[in-house]
Amino acid sequence: MKSPIMIRVKQKQIAQLASLGKRLDGRGLNDHRKVQLEVGVVGRAEGSARVRLGKTEVMVGTKIELGEPFSDVPDHGVLTVNAELVPLASPTFEPGPPREEAIELARVVDRGIRESKAIALEDLCVEPGKKVFIVFVDVYVLNHDGNLIDASALAALAALLNTKMFNYEVKEGEISKKPGYTPLPIKNYPVAMTFAKINDRLMLDPWLEEEQVMDARLTITTDKDGKICAVQKGGNGHFTTQQVLEAAKIAKDKAEELRKLVVKG
Amino acid sequence: MSQKKPEKLIDKDGVRLDGRGFNELRPTKIEVGVLANADGSAYIEQGKNKILAAVYGPKEAHPKHLAMPDRALLRCRYHMAPFSVEERKSPAPSRRDIELSKVITEALEPAVFVEYYPRTSIDTFIEILQADGGTRCASITVASLALADAGIPMRGLVAACAAGKVEGRLVLDLTDVEDKEGEADLPLAWMPNLNAITLLQMDGSLTIDEFEQAVNMAVEGCKQVSELQKETLKAKYVAVKEEVEE
Repeated sequence: MKSPIMIRVKQKQIAQLASLGKRLDGRGLNDHRKVQLEVGVVGRAEGSARVRLGKTEVMVGTKIELGEPFSDVPDHGVLTVNAELVPLASPTFEPGPPREEAIELARVVDRGIRESKAIALEDLCVEPGKKVFIVFVDVYVLNHDGNLIDASALAALAALLNTKMFNYEVKEGEISKKPGYTPLPIKNYPVAMTFAKINDRLMLDPWLEEEQVMDARLTITTDKDGKICAVQKGGNGHFTTQQVLEAAKIAKDKAEELRKLVVKG
Repeated sequence: MSQKKPEKLIDKDGVRLDGRGFNELRPTKIEVGVLANADGSAYIEQGKNKILAAVYGPKEAHPKHLAMPDRALLRCRYHMAPFSVEERKSPAPSRRDIELSKVITEALEPAVFVEYYPRTSIDTFIEILQADGGTRCASITVASLALADAGIPMRGLVAACAAGKVEGRLVLDLTDVEDKEGEADLPLAWMPNLNAITLLQMDGSLTIDEFEQAVNMAVEGCKQVSELQKETLKAKYVAVKEEVEE
């Protein structure tokens, strides 16, 4: 365990550096940490990916099941995103049902995928009003070193692109599996970019110690056409209008780099 | 079941379903000091939204381990009445309720001098009695007044209002049907005296330019809300003054 005094000293340093436009780990304000991506890491899952963003590590697995559609969209498949901050990932995570941090994480990842219409849910209907495919996206945080949102969103997108659906046939209302798989239909590629505000400066991809000092957090998710599809402000501080607009422009440009990494060809 | 979706949400003259122009707020009525037991309370009707907020505190924090040595713990609970929406909502807090409680707390906290009341908690309870879109914004507007009504020192009031895109046009203060059928919704909370955005969320699809316009439109909406808030608070103290002088 690091001593609380050391943490305070470091925090002061981070805040002072921020006002000079510098960061403790030497990154520029708009640089993200090194990203490493592996896909297909869990064979049992329909799709999976593991993302390392610096020391932050997130695994996402997808499962596909048959189930009932929502009554307001009877001819669409269903997307469900859940996030678990499992206790092995950080001394601050505790076992038990998801708390507000985990719920917010899942909902922000969900919003990016849903609002960009990343999954062609209209193609996941088997029998309108009765049977559709449900896509479960489970975010599993393995090591928490800050910016779980961007790492999780990226891992979720990579896992979806890696997802295979079983083939099936419908005979007299009965659904049976057929051999072989087809890829899950993916139409858009949302990428989240999170900024921390420290000493009135915005910095991309905050690591844990920056998150501990930040006044506020802003996540902007853009889609493949550079349109904004989800935004979330967090933290107890505030942003000015100008800061928000500046962040949106940076997010749009920077997301492109990560998108290229995940979406090949 | 829900009502049938109307064919057009905005007619060719730019008039919306409820007769509003694109940058008009819904008719809004606010009152403060509406609940006897609470330390502070307020009620808002914004269009068909009906929302009550009550503040209890500063008081000893429970459970005790949550108390902070250097400041008060500000907590907000956003809760929808089961009868507030078309289909009965279970009274158990949904994932949406939990997220909204979090973002509403974070929208109000920049306004409150939490450092004045270490080891205490300030609890804000928000009950949605009837919902018609934009409840998180109306909740922030009304909760901020309830905090002021409780006499809690604040840097200013927080006003909130959403902008969004409906049938290709940017509009202010979306109703439920405009939110569901529209292309984007951007709720925003704003403190006029600090020019501070304390809540910002968005879902849908907007270009960078549209995003900029929507943020500016929402801030303009917040300015109007903020005027209503100030009038409401002033009216309360005028009434108190009259009572004392009689």
